[in-house]
Amino acid sequence: MVALLEAKALSAWHGPIRGLYELDLTVEQGGVTALLGANGAGKTTTLRALCNMVRRAGTTTFQGVDISRRSTEDIVRMGVAHVPEGRGTFVALTVEENLRLALHTRRDKAAAMRDRDLVFGYFPILQERLHQQAGTLSGGEQQMLAIGRALMLAPKLMLLDEPSFGLAPLIVREIFRILRQINEHEHVSMLIVEQNAALALDLADTVYLLETGKVVTSGPSALIQNDEALRKSYLGY
Amino acid sequence: MTANWANKRGVGAGALLAWAGLALLPLIGFITENTSFDYYMYMGQSMLIYAIAVLGLNLLIGFNGQISLGHSAFFALGAYTTAILMNFGGWPYWATLPVAAVVCFLAGLAFGFPALKLEGHYLALATFTLAIAMPQLLKYKAIAGWTGGVGGVLLDKPDPPEWTGLSADQFLYYLCLFCAMVLFWLVFNLLRGRSGRAIMAIRDHTMAASTMGIDIARYKTVAFGISAGITGIAGALSAITVAYVAPDSFTLQLSISFLVGLVVGGIASLPGCLIGGAFIVLVQNSAQSISDWMKGTFALRYDVPAWAIYGVLLLALMYVLPDGIAGGCARIRAWWTTRGRREAQ
Amino acid sequence: MDFFIQQIASGLTSGAIYACVALGLVMIYVSTDHINFAQGEMAMFATYLAWAMINAGVPYWIAFGLTIAVAFFGGLFIQRVILKPLEHAPVLALVVCFIALLSIFNAIAGMIWSYTIKQFPSPFPSHDLFGNGLVSVQQLGVVGVTLVMLGLLTVFFRFTTLGLAMRAAAQNPASARLMGVRVAWMLALGWGLAASIGAIAGMLVAPIVFLDPNMMNGILVYGFASALVGGIGNPMGAVAGGFIVGVLENLVGSYVIGNELKLSFALVVVVGVLLLKPAGLFGRVIVRRV
Ligand SMILES: Nc1ncnc2c1ncn2[C@@H]1O[C@H](COP(=O)(O)OP(=O)(O)OP(=O)(O)O)[C@@H](O)[C@H]1O
Ligand SMILES: [Mg+2]
Repeated sequence: MVALLEAKALSAWHGPIRGLYELDLTVEQGGVTALLGANGAGKTTTLRALCNMVRRAGTTTFQGVDISRRSTEDIVRMGVAHVPEGRGTFVALTVEENLRLALHTRRDKAAAMRDRDLVFGYFPILQERLHQQAGTLSGGEQQMLAIGRALMLAPKLMLLDEPSFGLAPLIVREIFRILRQINEHEHVSMLIVEQNAALALDLADTVYLLETGKVVTSGPSALIQNDEALRKSYLGY
Repeated sequence: MTANWANKRGVGAGALLAWAGLALLPLIGFITENTSFDYYMYMGQSMLIYAIAVLGLNLLIGFNGQISLGHSAFFALGAYTTAILMNFGGWPYWATLPVAAVVCFLAGLAFGFPALKLEGHYLALATFTLAIAMPQLLKYKAIAGWTGGVGGVLLDKPDPPEWTGLSADQFLYYLCLFCAMVLFWLVFNLLRGRSGRAIMAIRDHTMAASTMGIDIARYKTVAFGISAGITGIAGALSAITVAYVAPDSFTLQLSISFLVGLVVGGIASLPGCLIGGAFIVLVQNSAQSISDWMKGTFALRYDVPAWAIYGVLLLALMYVLPDGIAGGCARIRAWWTTRGRREAQ
Repeated sequence: MDFFIQQIASGLTSGAIYACVALGLVMIYVSTDHINFAQGEMAMFATYLAWAMINAGVPYWIAFGLTIAVAFFGGLFIQRVILKPLEHAPVLALVVCFIALLSIFNAIAGMIWSYTIKQFPSPFPSHDLFGNGLVSVQQLGVVGVTLVMLGLLTVFFRFTTLGLAMRAAAQNPASARLMGVRVAWMLALGWGLAASIGAIAGMLVAPIVFLDPNMMNGILVYGFASALVGGIGNPMGAVAGGFIVGVLENLVGSYVIGNELKLSFALVVVVGVLLLKPAGLFGRVIVRRV
């Protein structure tokens, strides 16, 4: 397999405080990589560093292109859709406007309209709520909207930051089912940050375990799933 | 961060020297033949008056974090209080000063009270409006009997007491200097005390200050009142020294000059107020020569007005010296004192 | 009764101008959270440019369009070059910066064109609309231009993706960036639009009050009052606020306090709204579920 995204010696800072220490990380073409770790391990920081949203060092390449110095906007425009922690809903815009925003960066308007139908296919509820102010959506609906917005960008890679956060188990399972479909049918590779390790291990093919800004271990998810000691000490189940 | 000096004991030798120097300046008048010396004294008065006004503004903006663009209104109120008392009440000039201070203090309280609910941009906006509305208010017909309407009020310049042997301008200079010294000393002590720490705590961490049990509302309104009172005294002094008040001297531009003085001298710096006051007058007086020089050097077709210079300067300072001249000096001093340590490393 | 109608008509006319000024202020407030104290002087300066063009023989409407375009790039320039470095500066630094701009524009206009007042042509004839001395074509024209502009802006923000991107950038810059929106440019665009709208306000008001460098002083204050009445983040509200303030000002001026205290009336409105109803009459409360 080919690496779609590759980070080498990625470090990041929040002001003077260092959050990441020379992390190496790869997302395969078509693959799903999970990033696991306790609260404050640096998972969100990693995703932000990949998109140049924080001060960072090290090299990142996407499809073989060095994106270490590109602006966040440019990285997004190259095909990296980041579903941020907290969902990043535009609360005063309607659902329809939240989705239409993607058209700002896309030239292929016809394809964009097809993508909109695709989003409605995955998340029919969004079509029902189309003209509602996005701030009034439920948490689960806002998460679907966030993933929908990302899909509208026709991405090659999705960075997902805790898509299960604050949601009922039933909805979480539903969202993970849809994520798998998106990965398989739309050929979107994924880098997913999760607290819910069991679900993430199910979905992912590769796993990185993070602790205080460093990779503790990494490998195929099957291996980690079967390593009881590792599971007990880091994933808590 | 700022105002560490406030923790120092007593007034520094530098401050004593500066004030002594200012007190000795008029004596040059006895040894110079220069016929425009009285004019220099007049400039000195203006500088001290502006310094007092900037002191008032600095207490509010620099130390308490409330932005006011409306201090020209309090300056006007002080000036008109003095003018009306002298003109209609026949009061001696010196007796009007405390009255002007009290009137402006009350006006400041009255405005500071609503200002409590306003922050940052909004307070700036409300006070900006006050500054724009003031001249029109002073021209209002119903009160023209007192204020002289558009024409304003002409006053008599006070005569110096015979025994001093001073000229009128030398004497007025000392009057301004005396007021300035008293006010700077009062503010200095205010800031060193408990109230001062509370006032600055509100600026730095409003939330924390309230959890520490500081009565934010009281300190903010009182700070507004004191600030207005000080600026009002400056206004009263200007009425006395200029011997004339008129509505159009108290426009937004006056507020802008105070702001210039504040920013140039240094936000939250007491010595900066003096520097700022001097600076305002120097630019106003040399605007013509600066303009001529620029016309000559850059082959400009037009006169360069003082306001353009002020404006460019304000912008430039925000980029390169956001803490003003006093702040710049402090940084140089800090750099100088830590130099030895750096070399040792 | 006739006098009353005349007052309403002239109130709506000034209201239209206040609305333009308020719209410019709202544009900047929405995109950058700043209150631009230089908005009035920027408008005044643009109006002088129009005056210079017209004096040089350029037909009115061409000068009108050119001025709007020049003002747009001027606004863009100010944001990108002057304000960009102060992005993370405290409020005071920004206020100082706006005051500096105000001084500079005022001084430069005075320097180039002097402080003597100048006639500025109106594209509208000043004769009566119905021949009964109540409403003039000029008044109707001013209100009409404002409404057309409001219409265009509404279409722009509602129906174009660029307008949508601007709104998104203003609301949630971090998230907008993740949608590929170049947020920094959206802010600059907001400034450009604000400057253009201000230029229109200046060109509408100049025939009425005559052109001089201090022409916008009082009008800016009314613009603030209007923006606040309408809820400072809301373009529609700003326009409604403009008309309300314009009519009130005229009625209060003619029937209650006389024309000499009009600015104090603006002060009362500003302080009153800020204290009693900071969201304005039409400020939309955004529902947010956490
Ligand atoms: N804006 C910030 N300023 C200062 N420190 C920060 C900031 N954001 C994160 N940090 C610190 O960086 C470290 C990593 O934070 P990060 O948000 O990446 O953790 P995380 O793994 O995503 O945790 P969680 O599972 O709770 O979301 C933490 O110690 C956090 O306190
Ligand atoms: Mg996180």
